[in-house]
Amino acid sequence: MSLSLEEVRRIASLARLKLSPEEEERFALQLSAILGYVEELRALDVSGVEPMTHALSAGEAPPVRADEERPGLGAPLAVAAAPEREGTYFKVPRIIE
Amino acid sequence: MTAPAEELCALTLRQAGERMAAGAVSSLELLEASLARIERLDPALGAFLAVAGERAREKAREADGRRARGERRSVLDGVPLAVKDLFLTRGFPTTAGSRVLEGYRPPYDAAAVERLEAAGAVLVGKLNMDEFAMGSSNENSGYKLCHNPWDLSRTPGGSSGGSAAAVAARLVYGTLGTDTGGSIREPASFCGVVGVKPSYGRVSRYGVVAFASSLDQVGPIARTVEDAALLLATIAGHDPRDSTSSTRPVDDYLLALAGGARGLRIGVPREWLSGGVDPGTLAAVRAALDTYERLGATLLDISLPHSRFGVAAYYLIAPAEASSNLARYDGVRFGLRAPGHGLKEMYGETRDQGFGAEVKRRIMLGTYALSAGYYDAYYLRAQKVRTLVRRDLDEAFERCDVVAGPVAPGVAFKLGEKIEDPLQMYLADVFTITANLAALPALSVPCGQDARTGLPVGLQLLGRPFDEATLLRAARALERETGAFPAPPEPS
Amino acid sequence: MPLSEFEMVIGLEVHAELLTRSKIFCSCSTAFGGAPNDHTCPVCLGLPGSLPVLNERVVEMAVTVGLALGCHIRPRSVFARKNYFYPDLPKGYQISQYELPICLGGQVPFTVDGAEKVVRLTRIHMEEDAGKNVHGVSADGASGVDLNRAGVPLLEIVSEPDLRSADEAVEYLRSLRAILMALSVCDGNMQEGSIRADANVSVRRRGSERLGTRCEIKNMNSFRFLKAAIEYEARRQVEVLTGGGQVEQETRLFDPDRGETRSMRSKEEAHDYRYFPEPDLPPVVVPPALIERLAAALPELPRARSQRYQEELGLSPYDAGVLVSDARVATFFDRALSAYGAGPEAAKKVANWVNGEVARLANESAAVPGQWKLTPEKLAAVLRLVDAGTIGGPGAKKVLEEVFRSGADPAILVMEKGLAQVSDEGAIEAAVDRVLSRSPAEVERHRSGKKNLTGFFVGQVMKDLGGKGNPAVVNALIRKKLGGG
Repeated sequence: MSLSLEEVRRIASLARLKLSPEEEERFALQLSAILGYVEELRALDVSGVEPMTHALSAGEAPPVRADEERPGLGAPLAVAAAPEREGTYFKVPRIIE
Repeated sequence: MTAPAEELCALTLRQAGERMAAGAVSSLELLEASLARIERLDPALGAFLAVAGERAREKAREADGRRARGERRSVLDGVPLAVKDLFLTRGFPTTAGSRVLEGYRPPYDAAAVERLEAAGAVLVGKLNMDEFAMGSSNENSGYKLCHNPWDLSRTPGGSSGGSAAAVAARLVYGTLGTDTGGSIREPASFCGVVGVKPSYGRVSRYGVVAFASSLDQVGPIARTVEDAALLLATIAGHDPRDSTSSTRPVDDYLLALAGGARGLRIGVPREWLSGGVDPGTLAAVRAALDTYERLGATLLDISLPHSRFGVAAYYLIAPAEASSNLARYDGVRFGLRAPGHGLKEMYGETRDQGFGAEVKRRIMLGTYALSAGYYDAYYLRAQKVRTLVRRDLDEAFERCDVVAGPVAPGVAFKLGEKIEDPLQMYLADVFTITANLAALPALSVPCGQDARTGLPVGLQLLGRPFDEATLLRAARALERETGAFPAPPEPS
Repeated sequence: MPLSEFEMVIGLEVHAELLTRSKIFCSCSTAFGGAPNDHTCPVCLGLPGSLPVLNERVVEMAVTVGLALGCHIRPRSVFARKNYFYPDLPKGYQISQYELPICLGGQVPFTVDGAEKVVRLTRIHMEEDAGKNVHGVSADGASGVDLNRAGVPLLEIVSEPDLRSADEAVEYLRSLRAILMALSVCDGNMQEGSIRADANVSVRRRGSERLGTRCEIKNMNSFRFLKAAIEYEARRQVEVLTGGGQVEQETRLFDPDRGETRSMRSKEEAHDYRYFPEPDLPPVVVPPALIERLAAALPELPRARSQRYQEELGLSPYDAGVLVSDARVATFFDRALSAYGAGPEAAKKVANWVNGEVARLANESAAVPGQWKLTPEKLAAVLRLVDAGTIGGPGAKKVLEEVFRSGADPAILVMEKGLAQVSDEGAIEAAVDRVLSRSPAEVERHRSGKKNLTGFFVGQVMKDLGGKGNPAVVNALIRKKLGGG
């Protein structure tokens, strides 16, 4: 299972990862090896098998919350860790739609 | 350092708590002994990313005040502990071992931290780890290496490397780690301490930086089985803030400890002992199994035919969930932001600078496994294989009470030995991954030393869903028989 | 014209903000407004370590809507993550539903050009809203992110591509909005974005069964824009096709200033959302008991209410339709009618005033029916004053406006402000005599056939009476006096 550089770039773009050319090459090799390894799963017969998408067993009481409002952090604390802020907005470079 | 301080550090958590209750030592004295030892040994060890000296002293004084008023909250009250830097601690730096969260001070505490502090524990600091819990050697830390107290040229294991090293080196009396594919059990095995991964849903994940949501679990690392049981009893239980938290009542773990091994049916997977394991490790594991038989347990040969596919399934599911969980590290609301760019570049630059190679690799892998056209063949298929792995164990547990085997294929390896070959590193997770995929409880208890290197070997025990009590009972039986595992040699 | 050789095919995806007190996955307030980021917590901010916890009221509302629209309610549905990067999306994914939504099928009835139609629904699902990006928050042109809205619960209601004109799309949306408001699950406030519609528009040659390539026009929150956007887009696509080109599948935005749609994202930005089931939330289970309880509690829906108004009260389809477009107004009407009288005549009167003057005053004030100072009883009182002749039409309008503004008692208002009209025959007769005697020329012209001068005389008499003449009496007396001719 060999990953082309083009595919690596496509995935990196989807994941918003900026990779150096050297990283692109290295990842192409390493990811190809890993994907080659996981190919062994194809050999298994999984027909009729349900995926285990939720790890908690059934029979648990459904975790729901009553519709009540509680105070949040408040704007100052909410933006306290912001790399950049403007008033109580998170400030980001201009968004062009 | 004066002998008494070293003596204090050598106590177990239970002993430290009891001495305080008897008035023989104060929390502040215990803390100062810990802090002094950390100052002396940690520069070489690298277990701590941050030490909260002043905050801890304040908590220790509060604990001493409670004790003076006869208001002790628990056995843990006043005992110095530490947690993996994956746990959010309000107002105190939490990095997840990553540069992307350098200096980040969260506005809230993790549930497990809340419970420890409610019990009166004194949190001394945050422990080193593989970045975002991705790794088996702590070599992926964005900050510094962590070393095995038994041999500083070797890994303490990972991703909770700092948590295991700190306990083994007697820097604190117990720690919390997390385990997604073996990250508590493997370091515990490599460092000669006890590490428990509870059933999925036993301990709240609220306030734990998420790696793989359907696999992550919080658990204790401690010197003895009893200490681990004490910690687990403190943090276990339902939390309405975590929708995957179980409402099942928590068993009395301490009561279960004395049960002994007589009549225990121990399943030994033939696939796990048939090659691929170092002779020294295999010997120690077999010796432990022999001990169980002498104690009156029955060994049963079982088969886990799908367990060997676990690594492949895990290394599709975990990176997939991680690729989504780590999307929030984008420089917008907290953490690192690469300055001086337009919006589009800001994302890429921030994540390039903030994430290390292993994290990037897993994000790429996970993104691929979920992407259009590949989802069925990779992620979905892996989730089905997961069901098959779980079924093998369900069947096994019809005939046995616990499943036993190695934790890892060998003892702690040399730093730098596997880091260039990610796949090699992944393959070593083959034994631990089973319990994560199956959402079952599992632990590592020291069972011997490798004949060649003298390094610790851990025995892994897996249990039925929410049957941590039987695991702890079995582990305690072994520990009682073999005696407490020694501490690593004191550094000069 | 090429346009007529084509037909447009439209499907709408409507996002409705639900009227819960707290957000879908955390307890933060859903209240509109507030300082940026004031209604936030670790969960809706997407901070490390945060986890979602489902608001049970959201499930109840989704089931309620599903029942009202005749959907199949899934006993088990699953949340899924929709992964993409945008500043207003704090986690880098939206928790939505993908393969297993809570409702399937269903339909929405509506009326267009007097004809009744039904549009089939594909599905309804629950999801969280994103925050807001605000442009130009600082002098350097930077944008600001406000996450107050992030996590507000949404229902996404997806229709089949059954709509065939912009007008149909508008009427469909109006009907759906009225239903959601009648169920009290959404406040229908389009300016505030409580209801937003995305339109999937494609065109094809008439008679063709195959669907053309569609474009999605996102985020329209007014009927006017929806209509304009669809019409523009259909024309645009026809032009592309008749020019020999192909329509590119893309996402577009409507620019109301230019009346055009334009492409939103660059072509390389393929939308690979990498959906997978949300591991932090177990499947949503809807037990039969909940369905029964909610089904029993369903209120009268707009269509049924409109039918009832027509059948039982004799209202016209139009009048009934306007009333039920806002359930709160219809309830106001019900109460006013029961305070005023019974029968078709009374109903028509009350309906005219509610749909006419009251609606006008409400639009100007922007107050919602629950907040009006004009109560149904007070409207009834005004109508009774008109019946009694105490005030005429113009007077009633004045009274109504004042009552709407201040909540004053109509009868007392009439007295205090001297708004009572003159109905006394003697007084009016005297005024008529005065007017006729000083306008002999006009009287003569009226006598010789210019009957339209009656209006002139009425006006003069009204002026003489300071505008307070009872029009019916004035008219009657003028005719009597001019009588024979």
